Amino acid sequence: MNLLRLDGVTRQFGGLIAVDAVSLDVPAEGVTAVIGPNGAGKTTLFNVISGFMAPSAGRVMFAGQHITGLPPEAIAKRGLVRTFQLAQLFENLTVLENVKVGRHLHTTGGLLTALMPFRAAHSETVVEEASLALLRNVGLASQQDMLAGVLPYGQKRLLEIARALAAEPKLLLLDEPAAGLNRDETTRLASLLRQIATSGVAVLLIEHDMSLVMNVADRVAVLDFGKLLAQGTPRDVQLNPDVIAAYLGTALAAHA
Amino acid sequence: MSSRVSIWHDARRDPALLVLWVLAAALVVYVFITGGYLIAVLQFAAIYVIFVTGLNIFMGYAGQVSFGHNAFAAISGYTSAVLTANHGWEPIAAGALGLSGALACALIVGYPTLRLRGHYLAMATLAIGLIAYEVAVQWGSVTQGYMGISGIPPLGIGGWTVTSDRALLVLLILSAALAVLAAAGIRRSRLGRAFVAISGSEDAARALGIDVAHYKLIAFLISAFYAGVAGSLFVHAVGFVSPEVYGLHMVVLAFTMLYVGGIGTVAGSALGAMVVALLPETIRALSDYQDLAYGAVLIVILIYAPGGLASLSRLWSPKRRTEGA
Repeated sequence: MNLLRLDGVTRQFGGLIAVDAVSLDVPAEGVTAVIGPNGAGKTTLFNVISGFMAPSAGRVMFAGQHITGLPPEAIAKRGLVRTFQLAQLFENLTVLENVKVGRHLHTTGGLLTALMPFRAAHSETVVEEASLALLRNVGLASQQDMLAGVLPYGQKRLLEIARALAAEPKLLLLDEPAAGLNRDETTRLASLLRQIATSGVAVLLIEHDMSLVMNVADRVAVLDFGKLLAQGTPRDVQLNPDVIAAYLGTALAAHA
Repeated sequence: MSSRVSIWHDARRDPALLVLWVLAAALVVYVFITGGYLIAVLQFAAIYVIFVTGLNIFMGYAGQVSFGHNAFAAISGYTSAVLTANHGWEPIAAGALGLSGALACALIVGYPTLRLRGHYLAMATLAIGLIAYEVAVQWGSVTQGYMGISGIPPLGIGGWTVTSDRALLVLLILSAALAVLAAAGIRRSRLGRAFVAISGSEDAARALGIDVAHYKLIAFLISAFYAGVAGSLFVHAVGFVSPEVYGLHMVVLAFTMLYVGGIGTVAGSALGAMVVALLPETIRALSDYQDLAYGAVLIVILIYAPGGLASLSRLWSPKRRTEGA
């Protein structure tokens, strides 16, 4: 069964059609990658799915429900959580606190809890344990008390993923998680992504790093000029002449 | 860890902060024993600790800007003054009504404006601050305009009133301590983390399911409550109120305290309020050069400790730059 279904999703900016009638199904398990040249409309598509932008036309269905045009916080509540192309951490919070914020939807407590030291202490312990486990998993447990703003970039990206996982998503949207990572960090990211998918969280990622996509993705969808060009297994897509043309130019253009 | 009281936790890791807390406590004890004019200065400082601690929840934690919290102090303060001085109400009842008024006003201003991004809120708050001042000046039949209201009774319940300067000082210091502890509790709770998250990235907060407009409004209301408490305490402590008490000067002073102390930190806003309130007294001996010295001290603090007093220890241990807030 499909977790996410896009039905003719279109997004226009004035005369520019950034996303053009894209229909795509994302199953409830495994890793799905969206690739495409710069400016193909990948991030716009993500913004529409996650509620940061309303589509000009088309429908977005998540877990069998209409989520088109809902605000991001309502979509997150249904289990669709995203990260951003440039890591957006809460830089004035510690590494551990960042992950605790990720638990927001799965915890309760407002002003009254905050003002009652003993009740607050109890609920805090529970959140803290869950958050620490997620930090250990991405290898950031020893940095838990550092401010998130001072982490090196690669660790920021890992923290952002740990924080998103803290929200217990059904579908995790990752916008270029490997951008700015070195070779080692990318390898680590690849195994983390496989582990997330194995744990039962579906992953939809935008990625430029082809070797990562080919290693990690179960399915690949290719966007070009806002249109869905091809989809299938990584191997199918790699051999698809339209995709090769989009990335390398046509044989004619290459010779000219 | 975060389940401990964060003021104590921060102070233990940060010797400069610990020294400042000890100095502040020693000063309170010293003034309590010796008495004199400094009691009034410390009373004033304690009231501003409450006001600035509240402002810090909205500006420091949640990262928003307000130029108009003086309006909430004015609404609550004038309600207290008019009802107790002219209508014989109990200070507690008058204060409660004043606080409700301040919160209602904050809700009316905050609900529409906090849904907007950017500086709309700052502009709206500036307007409400100016309007409150004008109302205090023009609504003569109730506020007595520039003349102000005098003969406001001291704090008390029933027959028991706080009449001595020392008792009032103790009461105000305890109120300020409670206000600071509550702010520390908020900061280490789910609520406070949501506030600081919003100041870091509204988009990321929303992507994690935080209703940003809702949480900004809560932060706004909490800080308006603090402002109202400070406003009402002021009229009873001084026994007099006029529009100037809650003028733009109050906003400038609170901003100075917030930045000198260290915006965003619990200890910073409290210590900043005390230091800035006491500064004019310590340089009074310079007579004509007072204002010059006042300005110079503020500039030196902001140059050498741009994070405010709360960041002082980083001056001699750069390693701490990497540690928690």
